[in-house]
Amino acid sequence: MEEFAQVLMETFKEEAAELMAELESALLELEDSSEDMELVNRVFRALHTLKGNGAMFGFDGVSALSHHIESVYNLVREGTMPVTKELLDLTFTARDIITSMIQHPDDIDDEMEKISSDLAEMFQKLAGATTLGDHLEGASEEVKKRAGAASAGLRTYRIRFKPAPEIFLTGTNLAALLDELGSMGQCRPVAHLQDIPDLDGYDPETCYVRWDIILITSRPREEIRSVFIFLEDRCDLTIDIIDDGLIDSSAEEKRLGEILVERGDLNREDLEDVLKGRKPLGQELLDRNLVGEEDLRTSLMEQQVVRNARRRRQEDESVSSIRVASAKLDTLVDLVGELVTVQARLSQTADDRNDPELSSISEMVERLTWELRDGTFAIRMIPFGTTFSRFRRLVRDLSSEMKKEVELVTEGGETELDKTVIERLNDPLVHLIRNCVDHGIDPPDIRKTLGKPPAGKIHLSALHSGADVVIRISDDGSGLDEEAIKNRALKKGLAASNSELPRHELLSLIFSPGFSTATEVTSVSGRGVGLDVVNRSVEKLRGSIEIDSIPGQGTTFTIRLPLTLAIIEGLLVDIGDEKYVVPLSEVVECVELKAEDAAVNHGSDLAVVRGDLIPYIRLRETFKVAGERPRIEQIVLTAIHGNRIGFVVDRVIGEQQTVIKSLGKFYRSVDGISGATILGDGSVALILDVPRIMAKVESRSG
Amino acid sequence: MGKKIMTVDDSASIRMMVKFTLKDAGYDVFEAENGVEALEKLDGSQIQMVIVDVNMPKMDGIELVRRLRSDPNYRYIPIIILTTESQELKKQEGRDAGATGWIVKPFKPQQLLDVVRKVLG
Repeated sequence: MEEFAQVLMETFKEEAAELMAELESALLELEDSSEDMELVNRVFRALHTLKGNGAMFGFDGVSALSHHIESVYNLVREGTMPVTKELLDLTFTARDIITSMIQHPDDIDDEMEKISSDLAEMFQKLAGATTLGDHLEGASEEVKKRAGAASAGLRTYRIRFKPAPEIFLTGTNLAALLDELGSMGQCRPVAHLQDIPDLDGYDPETCYVRWDIILITSRPREEIRSVFIFLEDRCDLTIDIIDDGLIDSSAEEKRLGEILVERGDLNREDLEDVLKGRKPLGQELLDRNLVGEEDLRTSLMEQQVVRNARRRRQEDESVSSIRVASAKLDTLVDLVGELVTVQARLSQTADDRNDPELSSISEMVERLTWELRDGTFAIRMIPFGTTFSRFRRLVRDLSSEMKKEVELVTEGGETELDKTVIERLNDPLVHLIRNCVDHGIDPPDIRKTLGKPPAGKIHLSALHSGADVVIRISDDGSGLDEEAIKNRALKKGLAASNSELPRHELLSLIFSPGFSTATEVTSVSGRGVGLDVVNRSVEKLRGSIEIDSIPGQGTTFTIRLPLTLAIIEGLLVDIGDEKYVVPLSEVVECVELKAEDAAVNHGSDLAVVRGDLIPYIRLRETFKVAGERPRIEQIVLTAIHGNRIGFVVDRVIGEQQTVIKSLGKFYRSVDGISGATILGDGSVALILDVPRIMAKVESRSG
Repeated sequence: MGKKIMTVDDSASIRMMVKFTLKDAGYDVFEAENGVEALEKLDGSQIQMVIVDVNMPKMDGIELVRRLRSDPNYRYIPIIILTTESQELKKQEGRDAGATGWIVKPFKPQQLLDVVRKVLG
């Protein structure tokens, strides 16, 4: 016996090896001539044969994976899907996995199974993307909702099952049958025992029992019917859907009488006759001997089950979620922005009028507005984790491309961020992850010599920190080469040869335009698109990026972002007749600047704040505002990347909720201004782009 | 002790396949080459299920089903017949004789297991 199995298995393996060789050669040819349908057919045939044989010889994993690949190539055959590099790459990988699964079945461990099922999933996605996705794309929300509910949702079936009296003589195990139904979902069988005769007339070989079964399951009707396959002509069987899982389906719940009539347990005439009476229907029907007690009981149960199912679904639906077009949300956010503006105006008017009643109303409106604002922004928040799968795929592709082993570890997926922020964050994060894989993590053999595990790790995490979200990407690679950065900086003229830059300043130089220390250009990074792009994208989101690196241990990028984009806390200041807003998140403190103090420093533009010398710039000069300077000016001290700089203004008015409006196309390129806002009195204030101004000042001063 | 199942088939390879599959799933499997041998081997002893090929020399599967059903020892046990797609009539005959269910050849080990589990519960 064992020998036979052995021989059988060897034959299968040989055959499989041939199939895999055939698959590989067809794939290689397909790479060159992707339009050749005969090649596609060869791929398809090899997979199809493998699928069948695999299942026959217990290689279920192989069979399942082949099935998913086959489905994709079937789409290719039908012309609904092109042969892409991605598809071929994936198929090659799958081929290799299948080969080792067949040749070394003993080596199939969890990891292998995971890879195999991941691959299967990817092929499924490929197949799904071209079929289901496309079809659904044009469909309305409502249709999607229905399709979703019907396919994923639970249906309630009424199964009336009456086995033939001689069923026991066929070896049929009725208990096993009911168990099988029970394994499909929530099953409530009720046996009708009323036909069992008295002992004298009782024949133990005859089946007198019938069943009414209420089954709540997601399985289709055919599958339920297949449970009874061996009983074809040996039973009376009806399977009806009494609730199809859609909330608004046959909106009204059925009454007891209707259920009994629908099931054929009762005549409509009899029902109408009884309905003229006054007693509860069930009792009346029983009294008149029109329905049996059991039938009445199961009908009542059916009514209850459907009622419960509907109620539960309604509850589920109300606590879960609704889909809303994001454009509608944007409109809502805009409206809330307008409301905040108007509310600010109301507050100001109330203050001016000095009217207690008006003030109290204004305060109430203010409170409500804030709650509305917070609520509205909360709607736009989506968990950061929604991006994880994309990055995981990216890491897998990159590491295979570069012959490295890299694992992406994610954390804080539940951290919520504004949808727009998440979308715009995609490119910078992709860039940073690429950098980690490309420059950070060494190939496995080098890692081994360094005493590290061959597989590198990239951590991607997100967490809330005050009003910010902090996103961290770190690798356990070689760290940044500080010497190389220094040399490069010297060459680019970014640093003086004799200057000893603090480490963090030296490291942040890699965010300068055109800065790259990669010794060779790979297909992944080092194409001259440097980290400055990342830096700029993050700044556009009003965030900041920091870098830290320990040689030999790895590099960490830390991105800090505001929670939302549309409204910020700002500090309102004025210069002459013009008002400006400094984002409060960047403000450290405000200090006075007396004319005589400024004069002492001979226009060196340095202020002494508690012993520290802080450089400042006069916004009056930067924006060329006409008019006299007041005797006592204010310095708004800001800090970015640990650099402090002061902005001299005439007067600090106070904190203000600021709804950011983007400037028109014409003004968008103006340096130092990130947007504008409308103040309570209807006038416009410009919002300062502190990082840009700082960068400009630094570059000017050299 | 696993449940006892007898496979009755004149083809050694089918018996082997059935035996291999079912043993692997924890059943005790007994073999017989035809109906006569099956009845001799059973001889009133306890068994939980019989899988019978329809076409066999000496005593065919349908006759075997009939005999088993008339023996009080095997009146209620599940009996599965093996048919091919072209044997729709034989299948009906077997059912009339009292077979519990059927499997259409060729079949995969998993299909066999599914049916056995379904019928044995």
